[in-house]
Amino acid sequence: MSNSLARQDRLRALMLLSPAYLWLTAAVFLPLSAMAFFSFLTDVPFGGRQWSVTLANFAAFFKTPTYAILLWKSLQLGLIVTTLCVIIAFPCAYVLAKVIKGRWREAMFLLVILPFWSNSLVRIFSWAIVLRGNGVLDRAVNAVLPWDVKVNLMFSHSAIVIGLVHSYLPYVILTAYLALQALDDSLIEAARSLGAKRRTILWRIILPLSMPGLIAGAVLVFVPVVGSFMEPRLLGGRVGTYYGTVIEDQFVAVFNWPLGAALSFILLAVVLVILAVASPVLRRAQT
Amino acid sequence: MKKLLLTTAAILAGSAAFAEEIRVLNWQGYGTDIDWAVAAYTEATGNTVVHEYFTSEQEMMTKLRTNPGAYDVVLVNSAFTGQMQAEGLLAAIDASKIPNFKDVDPAFATNEDLNAGGALHGVPWTWGLTSFAVNTGDFATPPTSISVLWDPAYKGRISIRDDGLEAVQLAALATGQNINAITDLDAVKAKLTELMPQISTYWGSENDWNQYMAAGDLAAASYWSGSAARAIGKGLPVAFVVPDEGAIGWLDGLSVPTTSTKQDAAYSFINWMIDPAFYVKWDTEGAPATSNMAAAAALPETSFNRAVLGDAAVVAKVQFMKPVSDADREKYLALWQELKAAQ
Repeated sequence: MSNSLARQDRLRALMLLSPAYLWLTAAVFLPLSAMAFFSFLTDVPFGGRQWSVTLANFAAFFKTPTYAILLWKSLQLGLIVTTLCVIIAFPCAYVLAKVIKGRWREAMFLLVILPFWSNSLVRIFSWAIVLRGNGVLDRAVNAVLPWDVKVNLMFSHSAIVIGLVHSYLPYVILTAYLALQALDDSLIEAARSLGAKRRTILWRIILPLSMPGLIAGAVLVFVPVVGSFMEPRLLGGRVGTYYGTVIEDQFVAVFNWPLGAALSFILLAVVLVILAVASPVLRRAQT
Repeated sequence: MKKLLLTTAAILAGSAAFAEEIRVLNWQGYGTDIDWAVAAYTEATGNTVVHEYFTSEQEMMTKLRTNPGAYDVVLVNSAFTGQMQAEGLLAAIDASKIPNFKDVDPAFATNEDLNAGGALHGVPWTWGLTSFAVNTGDFATPPTSISVLWDPAYKGRISIRDDGLEAVQLAALATGQNINAITDLDAVKAKLTELMPQISTYWGSENDWNQYMAAGDLAAASYWSGSAARAIGKGLPVAFVVPDEGAIGWLDGLSVPTTSTKQDAAYSFINWMIDPAFYVKWDTEGAPATSNMAAAAALPETSFNRAVLGDAAVVAKVQFMKPVSDADREKYLALWQELKAAQ
């Protein structure tokens, strides 16, 4: 009797899960396998082109130092942007979760989510207007300061970081907010009644308990930033060549999909290795 | 103007014995298929014109190889004329049957690529340049040397297109080399390494370029002659420069396939295509530069194609692009990527 019930449960679970798995197969697994297949070819298998199986695309990564240098640059960029996002997002999330109450919180929340409602290209071009020489920032600074300053951040490393931090900040704010929201206020009150200083409360209670949210946010930011290409290309100008822009070139400019696919999978592998290496540390932080 | 058109038409009518259907193979929207031009030609000669289009040079060659006799006039870029002549796809041109040929700039008529195999296999039709343009706000008189791109005074206000081949060829010009036979790639690399810190950003499209120039972000940037003509037409403060070191050129010719059965009719159509009456009107719609000196001279003095490109001294400086082998192309791309990655 109990046996058949378990089977029924399993059947129901399977039925309920099947749409999700079908969707994952169609939207993630199939395109990804097609790309994996492309990465082993000499040319794309359509448009009547000749192709054969090869490992040359993966070998190309190791043949010149160019790709490794770019990958290293992209990883550094990911680290910088993620760190900045966490540093800025944590206080924001704390204020949202613990300080502001009621209707104001809704309004502030709207402000956090608002950028998500606009197209990312629009956001980047808005930044271009702000950061250029003789742009909004330049004029604002000169209007305030009595002496003449030239502010031209456009086409620089800073411009890329500003654009990326702005694009990805909401992810960390939202995940950190959820973690802080779940934090019981009575824990803080208890610590305070036992004489803990503000800083001690922050380091010993709030930060450790909100760590899962911060880590989830950091991973959500780090992975796409390492592969980003639009912000570096549009805001970085000459210094905006990263691993992601080279992959984009392979697909868009030189029509070498196999090489582009191979480079993408190397990126995927490197990111997975980094997350795997970091996972013991991350797991300890979460418990 | 109309009278000129009619006279030409009358001459054309005399040369064509009876009406034929000419089949033209070209890029879509590239001169030969303009409605008014075809209508005027048909009215004058009785010959009708049918178009077929290609979207790449490879496709054009495949069409000629697999459909013998299907085409009478084909547009061939001079970089491909030699290969196609060697394959026996193109007939030698009998210039005596093209009255307007006498006005074609001798520099083009004797172009070694078009004269593949020792005889003319493509009638020079249109051409254009890749060089650079400057902001007239920074340059009261346009510079005469490509070295301004390396001038520290304009650091951070220089741009070139994000294209390995073009970057290498520009540096080849700056180091005094033949763009089609670069012998000292190390010098090219050293020159480009020096150029990189000058560059603020790469440009990708005509629109990009025009916006940067309009905002005053750029002082000098590589550009195409046709795009520069359009930018000047829109009122942007730019001047196109053909420096003493030379410029990168492309040249399109009109050829007659060996298998064409209506070669005389084909000649009459080619003659109309290089006719000043046709070109002057096409120029107002944004045409590339013409190979016909009489046509260039017939343009208004303010026209870009007359003022900047209509000068024989300019044509003499141009190095026309030859086909680039895949091996070289890859080598240039690798060099360019290495330089970009090092920024």
